[in-house]
Amino acid sequence: MTRNVKIKLLVIVVVILVCIYGIIGLPKSKAELIANWKKNIHLGLDLSGGTQLVMQVQLQDAFKANADAVIERIKQELQKDSIPMSSIDRNDPNRLEDADKIEIDIKGIPVNKTSAFRSTISDQYPEWLLAPLNSTDYKMTMKPSDALKLKQDTMSQTMATIERKINGLGLAESSVQPTGRSDAEAELLVQLPGVDDPAHVKQLLQTQAVLEWAEVKDGPYGTRDEGLAKHGGVLPLGTRLVPTVMRGGQQSWYLVSRSAIVRGTDIRDARASQDQSAGRWETNFVLNQEAAKRFENYTANNIGNRAAIVVDNQVISAPTIQSRISDTGRITGATNQEEASDLALNLRAGSLPASVIYEEERTVGPSLGADSIREGFRAGIAGLIAVVVFMLIYYRRSGVNATVALVLNAIILVAALSYFDATLTLPGIAGVILTIGMAVDSNVLIFERIREELHAGKAVIAAVDAGFSKAFGTIVDTHVTTVVSCAFLFIFGTGPVKGFAVTLVIGLVANVFTAVFVSKTIFDWELSGKRQVAALSI
Amino acid sequence: MELFRNTNFDFLGKKWPFIILSLILTAAGLVSLAVRGGPRYGIDFRGGALVTVTFAQRPPVDKVRAVLDAKGLNADVQEIQGKQDDIIGIEQREDKALQAARQTIVDSLTAAFGQPANGKLNINGAGASALADRLRVPLQQASVSMTDPQLNDMANAVMDYRKQHSGLIRNLDDLRSVAGVTPKVLEVLKQQTYPDTLAIVATEVVGPKIGAELQRKAVLAVLYALGGMLVYIAFRFEWIYGLAAVIAVFHDTIITIGLFSLFNKEISLTVVAALLTLVGYSMNDTIVTFDRVRENLKIMRREKLEPLINLSVNQTLSRTVLTSGLTLLTALALFLFGGQVLNGFSFALVCGIIVGTYSSVFVASPILIFWHNFLESRKHPSATAPAAAKSTVAPKAPAPAAPKSPAGSPKASKQNVRGGTAKVK
Repeated sequence: MTRNVKIKLLVIVVVILVCIYGIIGLPKSKAELIANWKKNIHLGLDLSGGTQLVMQVQLQDAFKANADAVIERIKQELQKDSIPMSSIDRNDPNRLEDADKIEIDIKGIPVNKTSAFRSTISDQYPEWLLAPLNSTDYKMTMKPSDALKLKQDTMSQTMATIERKINGLGLAESSVQPTGRSDAEAELLVQLPGVDDPAHVKQLLQTQAVLEWAEVKDGPYGTRDEGLAKHGGVLPLGTRLVPTVMRGGQQSWYLVSRSAIVRGTDIRDARASQDQSAGRWETNFVLNQEAAKRFENYTANNIGNRAAIVVDNQVISAPTIQSRISDTGRITGATNQEEASDLALNLRAGSLPASVIYEEERTVGPSLGADSIREGFRAGIAGLIAVVVFMLIYYRRSGVNATVALVLNAIILVAALSYFDATLTLPGIAGVILTIGMAVDSNVLIFERIREELHAGKAVIAAVDAGFSKAFGTIVDTHVTTVVSCAFLFIFGTGPVKGFAVTLVIGLVANVFTAVFVSKTIFDWELSGKRQVAALSI
Repeated sequence: MELFRNTNFDFLGKKWPFIILSLILTAAGLVSLAVRGGPRYGIDFRGGALVTVTFAQRPPVDKVRAVLDAKGLNADVQEIQGKQDDIIGIEQREDKALQAARQTIVDSLTAAFGQPANGKLNINGAGASALADRLRVPLQQASVSMTDPQLNDMANAVMDYRKQHSGLIRNLDDLRSVAGVTPKVLEVLKQQTYPDTLAIVATEVVGPKIGAELQRKAVLAVLYALGGMLVYIAFRFEWIYGLAAVIAVFHDTIITIGLFSLFNKEISLTVVAALLTLVGYSMNDTIVTFDRVRENLKIMRREKLEPLINLSVNQTLSRTVLTSGLTLLTALALFLFGGQVLNGFSFALVCGIIVGTYSSVFVASPILIFWHNFLESRKHPSATAPAAAKSTVAPKAPAPAAPKSPAGSPKASKQNVRGGTAKVK
């Protein structure tokens, strides 16, 4: 055997070993082999079972909240600087596409205060553009670059909060990722392996969990109109009417202050626990230092008054302050453990800066996934056997050559999936099976060329060499076109389709190696050391 | 064994019957599409909800439909062959209505075909942790000593068993064989749980907005891929080759979609993936033939284009049929054994490979001929147009003696070729 062939064979053996290691590691027992296999081959949701959600973040909520905060600050600023105004208001973009069309209208600035007003606004609110509508009225719009930044910040904050919520549920392998262009599409992909009843999780993720303690001015009323009527149809300045949570079909309304004493953002930790005596579930919370002082101050001065705990614009309880509270407290009123622990989880995760709606939901039960794996495997074995049998009949001993290359191709493909941490989906399995069919294409190309050379009268070794070198260009050509197709598939496709594209591409690239390098080496090995070879079994 | 030694079919001489066949197939597909109002899009593209339910004893489709119609759902019910599963689909609606409708499907089916709960836990609907939670206290009360990890393991084992049996436990007694289920545990199981006779195996809800978006992306992907191919082949060969190849592949895609319409099969995301793969794969045969044509053009400079292409096709015939045949074998394996989910995908592959091979020979090459004739007829309007079209005509005016194979009638060139001076199979 020539040295050249020995080196090539060594390379092939090393590749095989590296691949096998990548797939099953170094198992010491059958159980460990199976465990390693499961760990290295990452199964997609359609094979392992689980839920996939696509949610759209309603960025316009964040824009509206931002504008509201700016309006409050402007009101205080102008008061401080003694600049009068008749009204300040914002528009109401309700669709995602209109988010950055947020506007604040300020009317009635007296002409002599124009320059003072303008300098205040431009100093304090550089993200906004101020445009005069006439001598006393102005319109503020957000600068495009700052609007983009707000969108991106909202997206990453929402993603982080959802991640915390999912982790809080103990769903180990779940993931949240942005899909599409985050500024225009605003979509998040949430994958929850093993969750086949997603209703609870969906509800949890959607809860905005904006929590506030607000002073109760009056109430409870039976209906909203009752509350309005009690105040002569106009609510006092700085108050709002908020309904309670519907419990047992009953709902009442409270008149509460608009500004909050402490907010959900001030909470450091929250846990659910059970009241020992009455057996009711409640949520305990801990405030951070700064908020604790504020809360202490407020409760000390308001013993005997009521404070409403408002979550997502619904009052969940309105207890009377019985003593000064500093940093820990309780929220009662939960009907069962799930409600209390959900609230605790949402408080720990933080509130969502914008609401989310579900655009797509796919759930596959684990039994369907197991069926799919079984069927895919069956099809793969059937295809492989058919191809191998044909190659052996048609190309005789050279068919063995092709079979070795084929099997090696499959091993490299699976190992590559393991090393790249790629996900194997059901279309991915189809991709593996298709690779078998396409891989043998290269061998056929080479063998047919060798046959042709032999017919034309070349000697065996020369024919083999000529066959390989002439076929190489065509092999590369044909693989490139399929790879280009797969590239487009990968760009435009979603999860399972991406998996298919990845497996096919890896398979084809591996094929160039096995069909050319490995097959040639096997031929060289077979023919080496013999000067004159009479015939080739092909 | 060698199937294609020395073949010499006159592919291009007999091209007209095949072109007509192509046109008929394309027309049939287009008519079917027109009659059915477009391709039958799956839920991926239309939006809607799909619920897959498995039954212990599958009720007849009409009964299932009746139950759903009674709730005002215009649902489409399909049985999966080879399993006890039904797929129930409702078409696109507003997002919230979709969720509500999905819930209605589940509730009404459970009410009509399931078992009453009587306060017990449905073992076919619960997860491992729910099962463990339910059994913990009753097991203690029945003085079965089981630590918490043991209980969790047993619950997981029960779930694994359920997974291996298509998601339905028919009879609680079957659980005797599961690890950790002693007779006493089985007693408690029977007291606390019951096996419902149906289970929801998978659900899919796609809002109409996402559906429209995916449709757009799919069309774009196919167009981009075709464009990319055109550029690549035009770059490697000449632009007319690129155009011929793209027309051939486009023809394949239209016929495959037409076949889907004819057989009333659904076009889902994975089907589009198959179509895209075919675009790339179908190029292979075409490129191999064009490669050979280019090679022969260099060697046989005096040969007329049509016999030369004929020769090239014959030379590559064995390779084309073999590779397509082998890929077809694997696609057939997928179609026959691959299960319901991949059914559309594998059908697209099978049809596409057959049509693709056929089009490389009978569509791509004739286009080259037509174009060449068109160019020739513009250069020499009188002489060559009809002559070049048929290869059985006597030698043409300029017939210089050439070193290798003289220009002339195919009969003469056949003899020369058999003499062994040119490469042939």
